[in-house]
Amino acid sequence: MSVELDLAGRVVELVRSAAGPAARTEVMVEHNAEALTRFANSAIHQNVADATTVVRLRLHLDGRSSAGSTTITGPDGLRALVDRTIAAARVSPADPTWPGLTEPTPLHVSAGHPGSGIHSGLDFGFDEATARSDPGERAARVRDFVRAAGGLETAGFCRTVYVSAAFANSAGHAVEGRTAEAAMDGIARVDGSDGVARLASGRLADIDGAVLGARAAAKARAARGPVELPPGRYEVVLEPEAVADLLGNFAFFGFNGKLFNQRQSFAEIGAEQFDPSVTIVDDPLGSRGEPAPGVPFDGEGTPRATLVLVRDGVTKAVTHDRRSAAEAGTESTGHAWDGSRSWGPMATSMRLEAAPAGTESPPAEPSPTAEPGPTAESARPLVEHVERGLLITDFWYTRVLDPKSLVITGLTRNGVWLVEDGEVTSAVSNMRFTQSYPQALGIGMVRGIGAESILLPDRWSGVRFAAPALHLASWNLTGNASG
Amino acid sequence: MSHFDEALSAVQAALDAGARYADARVMVRRTESMTARDGDVEDLSSDESAGLGVRALVGSSWGFYAVPDLSDAAARAAGRRAALIAAASATVPGPPIDLVPAGAGEASWASDCVVDPLGVPLSAKGDLLVGATAAAKAAGADIAEALYHIWDTRKWFVSSEGHRIDQHIRECGAGVWASVIGEGEVQRRSWPSYGGQFGTRGWELVDELDLLTHAPRMAEEARALVTAPLCPAGETALILGGEQLALQIHESVGHAIELDRILGWEAAFAGTSWLDLEKLGSLRYGSDLMNITIDPTIPGALGSFGYDDEGTPAGKRDAVRDGIWVGVLAGRDSAAVAGLDYAGSVRSDGWARLPMVRMTNVGLEPGPHTLDEIIAATDDGVYMETNRSWSIDDRRLNFQFGCEIGYEVKNGKRGRLLRNPTYTGIGPKFWQSMDMLSSETIAWGTPNCGKGQPGQVGHTGHPSAPARFTNVRVGVRG
Repeated sequence: MSVELDLAGRVVELVRSAAGPAARTEVMVEHNAEALTRFANSAIHQNVADATTVVRLRLHLDGRSSAGSTTITGPDGLRALVDRTIAAARVSPADPTWPGLTEPTPLHVSAGHPGSGIHSGLDFGFDEATARSDPGERAARVRDFVRAAGGLETAGFCRTVYVSAAFANSAGHAVEGRTAEAAMDGIARVDGSDGVARLASGRLADIDGAVLGARAAAKARAARGPVELPPGRYEVVLEPEAVADLLGNFAFFGFNGKLFNQRQSFAEIGAEQFDPSVTIVDDPLGSRGEPAPGVPFDGEGTPRATLVLVRDGVTKAVTHDRRSAAEAGTESTGHAWDGSRSWGPMATSMRLEAAPAGTESPPAEPSPTAEPGPTAESARPLVEHVERGLLITDFWYTRVLDPKSLVITGLTRNGVWLVEDGEVTSAVSNMRFTQSYPQALGIGMVRGIGAESILLPDRWSGVRFAAPALHLASWNLTGNASG
Repeated sequence: MSHFDEALSAVQAALDAGARYADARVMVRRTESMTARDGDVEDLSSDESAGLGVRALVGSSWGFYAVPDLSDAAARAAGRRAALIAAASATVPGPPIDLVPAGAGEASWASDCVVDPLGVPLSAKGDLLVGATAAAKAAGADIAEALYHIWDTRKWFVSSEGHRIDQHIRECGAGVWASVIGEGEVQRRSWPSYGGQFGTRGWELVDELDLLTHAPRMAEEARALVTAPLCPAGETALILGGEQLALQIHESVGHAIELDRILGWEAAFAGTSWLDLEKLGSLRYGSDLMNITIDPTIPGALGSFGYDDEGTPAGKRDAVRDGIWVGVLAGRDSAAVAGLDYAGSVRSDGWARLPMVRMTNVGLEPGPHTLDEIIAATDDGVYMETNRSWSIDDRRLNFQFGCEIGYEVKNGKRGRLLRNPTYTGIGPKFWQSMDMLSSETIAWGTPNCGKGQPGQVGHTGHPSAPARFTNVRVGVRG
């Protein structure tokens, strides 16, 4: 039994002794060790690590609910947590929509990673070496990134995260799991132009700083001397970094069960809302040899499983925790987190399915002597089919103008190019857009999907995306560098 | 109970392990938050966090480590670990680092608080949110929501230069908002701003907001917006309410004058700044009406403190004077790199995070007018208030904001309601077009400023008042 599961069980017992057997208790204990080596101006300037255990208690007592948490895990800290959470429940207004506890339920087996965890019977592909990595390993990847950029100014981070978590409730449900994540995200800069390279993995060994640094530098060099284009609607190829932003906003605003219940989401179950080529899945258990990105249960102990949100353009599901599921008359999909009561349950492992093998022409082998260009390998076949449009690397500062239509404004970043007759013809300065995301992927609007999904980290840990490049018929650019 | 001893142990261990400078912060924080929806409490959480973060400078490289354990042994281990991490940073070293003076010494500071927010009975706080959302629901909201947040933070700061500073900062705030589902879109109205108003004050701040009185009006306005005409597209005179202007200041001035961004330290994530240090003291940022101060001494404002997280005493400083850029938000190391002689704007969002350059209270000094006078002086324009969306580029130049509500202004009078008002522009061009500014200043609080990796959430304050800008592009839509 892990330290975390032992702690969770002790808190359940403390509540039982203080409030009696009628108290309905759920406890999540999460130990999170995050280390992040950050560089700017081609030097490591911030290098941090912390190891924190948080105990989260949620209870339902005499028809009333409350929650609390602490990082103080000694006997006094746990007792104080229990006492103040019970006291809060006793004076809280009634909670008539309390959804009950998760009954003892086995965790789902990941098809790719059947394992032998202590309690769960699964290890979900956990990589011990990543969990135990040291500052020197992260610094070495930064060094490789900086060197590979060939003298260009560089900035970014290399991160490792280890999480060991356990859940227990008064219904007798107890599960535990652990996970590790590594990520690198960096830019290279020259003459005011930036290029980016980004990658997430369950294994630090998969992160090659030299490969990423060279890619970022190639993009930055190709982005020099940008021209300013007038605002308007453009055909676009979005590289995986930009596509990840679409997935993140779909998770937060579109497939969020709370917003769906409140009719603030565009999602309509069973409706053809996307182009038939679009399939979107939340994939918390990992796939294709990739370790799971998180622990195999959510904040209410519900086992996580693959959830198809959109299949062949038809919206199939939204994400639920127990409360939003009860309101919708369905089952939890395993998407509870400590903020889901307020913000709603959200997918954290979104994947836009790449084009099936064989439907896209394979990327041409780059000539060994050719100057690396601006186009990511997975986007190259899509660019070849663009008559006149933009190749966009990344999006920045995207914010919602209206949650229901999911009209979003934001800017391009880290490289934009004009494409004419299938060829990149010039770099373009960054532009502002104002665009409905679901409309951009609507029926007939998707002209192509890349053949490979790239694993990308969110800029804040705990979320990642698997995204291919996308060729879209129209994107609404509403401003340029002049305003 | 003091935690100076643990912080001192961490600092000493870092020095023993080779650091030439070290500092440590012990922080103990109690937070409480509640949300309500449609007359029911939706979530209530009471949280406690305690730990120690230690920062070590070895050669020209920093290391930081944090632990939730306040034992002496854990503190010493954390100090050694911070020095070890700093040594690893030397794999890719930067230029030599100096620190500008921070006025070392022993001190104690506490924010003003009339009514301890954690001492107000939960039932009374629950009744307030339940009552406000029920009132908005009864007045026509499809969804009525309200919240409050309370933070009660005690800090003990020790440095190898002799700092011994403890602070007790209490912050709280609340808000209510009503949403109405229209045909294919959602309209929302919020009081007093979206997400609420916050300050370093006690519960008296929440009492003054008077949520119960304003909640029904929010619902009525949201419903009226559903059938209101769209904000027309074009260039016009734009009058902004003080709350929206506070966010405009935050995004297009506050972040732009952060010295770490100017130096490129945030280039890969938050971004850089369009400002060039060589033009400090001569660059025209805005019109003569534009006077921006950096002032963490404002009583009750959300970005106020006695000492920053490097031990620098709070002090007022000009950032823009008569439209000319004259100051930055700086830390001890960034100031030294830039050749400046002041710091004072470094904070972390908790014991587990590295202190970094953050806004304090960055605000606009009052002007000579009132909002009524500004509207009366406008022949043709749009008045917008209450932020709904915000976006700005990584150099803090190209912005687009959406507001919850707009009004046509014709011949000096506020006219019909306009829905989905947005405006866009380029920072200095926009600020140079400010030709009227009100004296009706409020120190708006922003409790959700994201920056840094790992991510940190900062609390900032922005005194501002309604103002008018000329020839602004409005009505941008998808």
